Amino acid sequence: MERRAFLQTAGGAGAALVIGFRIPTRGEQEPAPFAPNAWLRIGADDSVLVIVDRSEMGQGVATSLPMLLAEELEADWTKVQIEFAPADKAYINPLFGLQGTGGSSSIRAAWTPLRKAGAAAREVLIAAAAQRWGVKATECHAERGAVVHAKSKRRLRYGQLATRAATLPVPTDVPLKDRKDWHIAGKPTKRLDTPSKTNGRAKFGIDTWVPGLRVAVVARSPVFGGKVKSFDATAAKAVEGVHTVMQISSGIAVVASGYWPAKLGRDALKVEWDEGPGATVSSASISQLFAERAGQSGAVARHDGDPEGGLGGAASKVDADYELPFLAHTTMEPMNATAHVRADGVDIWAPTQFQQGAQGLGAQIGGVPPEKVQVHTTYLGGGFGRRFELDFILEALEASKASGAPVKVIWSREDDIRNSQYRPANFHRMHAGLGADGRPVAWTHRVVAPSIMARVFPNMVQNGLDGEAVEGGMGMPYAVPNVHVDYVLTDTGIPVGFWRSVNNSFNAFAVESFIDECAAAAKADPFEYRRGLLTNAPRHRGVLELAAAKAGWGTPAPAGRARGIAVFKSFESFVAQVAEVSVSPAGEVRVHRVVCAVDCGQYVNPDTIEAQMQGAIVFGLTAALKGAITIDKGRVQQSNFNDYEMLHLAEMPVVEVYIVPSTEAPGGIGEPGTPPIAPAVCNAIFAATGKRIRKLPIGTVT
Amino acid sequence: MPSFTLTVNDRPHVVNVAADTPLLWVLRDNLGLTGTKFGCGIAQCGACTVHLDGEATRSCVIPISAVGTTKVTTIEALSPMATTASHRVQKAWQAEDVPQCGYCQSGQIMAAAALLAKTPDPTDEQIDAAMTNICRCGTYQRIRSAVHRAAKEA
Repeated sequence: MERRAFLQTAGGAGAALVIGFRIPTRGEQEPAPFAPNAWLRIGADDSVLVIVDRSEMGQGVATSLPMLLAEELEADWTKVQIEFAPADKAYINPLFGLQGTGGSSSIRAAWTPLRKAGAAAREVLIAAAAQRWGVKATECHAERGAVVHAKSKRRLRYGQLATRAATLPVPTDVPLKDRKDWHIAGKPTKRLDTPSKTNGRAKFGIDTWVPGLRVAVVARSPVFGGKVKSFDATAAKAVEGVHTVMQISSGIAVVASGYWPAKLGRDALKVEWDEGPGATVSSASISQLFAERAGQSGAVARHDGDPEGGLGGAASKVDADYELPFLAHTTMEPMNATAHVRADGVDIWAPTQFQQGAQGLGAQIGGVPPEKVQVHTTYLGGGFGRRFELDFILEALEASKASGAPVKVIWSREDDIRNSQYRPANFHRMHAGLGADGRPVAWTHRVVAPSIMARVFPNMVQNGLDGEAVEGGMGMPYAVPNVHVDYVLTDTGIPVGFWRSVNNSFNAFAVESFIDECAAAAKADPFEYRRGLLTNAPRHRGVLELAAAKAGWGTPAPAGRARGIAVFKSFESFVAQVAEVSVSPAGEVRVHRVVCAVDCGQYVNPDTIEAQMQGAIVFGLTAALKGAITIDKGRVQQSNFNDYEMLHLAEMPVVEVYIVPSTEAPGGIGEPGTPPIAPAVCNAIFAATGKRIRKLPIGTVT
Repeated sequence: MPSFTLTVNDRPHVVNVAADTPLLWVLRDNLGLTGTKFGCGIAQCGACTVHLDGEATRSCVIPISAVGTTKVTTIEALSPMATTASHRVQKAWQAEDVPQCGYCQSGQIMAAAALLAKTPDPTDEQIDAAMTNICRCGTYQRIRSAVHRAAKEA
């Protein structure tokens, strides 16, 4: 309650003024914890509670963010605990201007503020100790959760200093430690959430329970954009355990005592849908639309030199079209949210990437001011961008408001796969002109795809150009004098959204497949060819060379295997991957080994970097080998893991991760491992078989 | 609703639910044992894996009426002291720092524990065959290492 009161104040004052706030005494038994800023509370029991203001969805922020703060605090790492932040302006992500988690931004955004927060707190604790001892603060130093006066060999733990520290002013601009003095940040560190994630105690959104809780399952239109025409709830209401059946904006909600009766109730429900114009859309019609649009000129994203002249005067030409499908996120924890809408306020318990959006929605539905909406962020059973959306939270809010009870909405896996905001399907038309030496003199790339921004932040689309949609295509790093990249925004009626690495996931495939095609046309080694064209891209070149060296590029691959390579920058990090692949006579593709080099600038937890690279590779590889959401009569044809297949352990390649030492500014790490894997694998398939994969998923190579 | 008596984590429980209610939802919604997760509902992903008389079983497709006197063990009782996670598989999972989002890991750990109970030192091929649970975060490499580690530290 006290913290909530502060946060309301701090929120009004803005993040810049947060430093200096302190939490009042919580009760007589418990002395006031030392709370010098929005992220830290030190208790009399020496506990160091770090308020984690980003969502933990597997990417390790619940460990890496505390590491940054603890480093400057000189905390005893074994005393660090975490709590997820409420929705509040104090926790706005400075890279987005809103409170949310995404874009591989957490470390980049927190890099300076969290270290400054830790450093300022440390100075206050030192001042408190100096005051207590009657010595100069400059004679004291902090180490492992205590302040030490070396001269007199005296030592006070932070817990012993917390009450006094809470009465002292917090300095605003304390110099930060030199990186060579770091002993927590930058070191391989075990995740703080591993214990609770190995004994079943970690609480995900779907595990939320509050007194009086009801569970809802929702029937939604089978066609995107469809509406309820009529419904008959008689049979649904007859299911034992079903409390109410109600229409909400996304469909018909069956509210029951638990998931199973709610699901049985939905199965028994009769709904007539007005399917609307979406019912005519199919994957074939979308492919046809893309191919037509590829013949039109698009909004220009980049234009260097004279691309047409370059193509016309080239010694030889390379042309290719690439097409990639819609993809679903399929987080392991299906979408869910719990809401309690009351006259005096709203509580939301959700595995969400977007606390500020959830709070705003709660205020809108509840008819209360935002500060009356408490957002309780749980662990997220995967996010991948899907949980930046608010659709599942809106359903819980509406169902709770209408039923007057706290309601947890749970989606089945089928609901999840059929009601997503998908990675856009997309099409690329590419041309290159090569000079007599085989080097490209001209490069054109037309991206035909729906725009995520047109749905989410429409003002980001200007004159038909969504800069995000061409990310990675526009920034193609190879030294080519004449370049043209344009974008043909093409809506398909299928909702599109953020999917791990977003538009980079497909532009990397186009660029890194096509440069490989150019290398093949030039009869050049694909690694050497790229390397020779990365003259103005030293960090691309650095990871490319490291991956090649570690993979043994230039030496024969193990019998029956071939290697492919790709390099790509996204979210300010550079990643190169070499895939070692075999293709059976039946055309089955097996990826045996992936060597991954990453330059993400300065970093916090190398153990997490390794895990995120492995995970991002599995994510991208699953999509490359198997992933496709297809549409027929406006309906998603896939339903569950039996027909939207995931990679299994038996198919896991050995992944080796090498990190480039760097003094550059930190880059992202959750997403950049995904884009290069599909082209690396397809380039290896070409090396193995001479067959180019221009359409994903790969399936079997015929 | 009919009444069922079942033994979960060595304790008897009586629940009144529809006979076709999957064991998973009885554990989660009736007994509050939320460590066992819902992932697909069709026994494809293994997030709901529990032990039935020691056998790794996907509880999302086992109707409560079929459980009978079988002893059900969930992640919460894999170790005698659940909070310490002292089972060798849990310790290996911690040593390898396997989890990312963590949602599938209860099921992965239950599958690994059942594998090791029968096959104390599994080969990679045996791990491939037994560990078919889906992990969307892609922790498979560390899962494999953790299973080998748990085997060695038996």
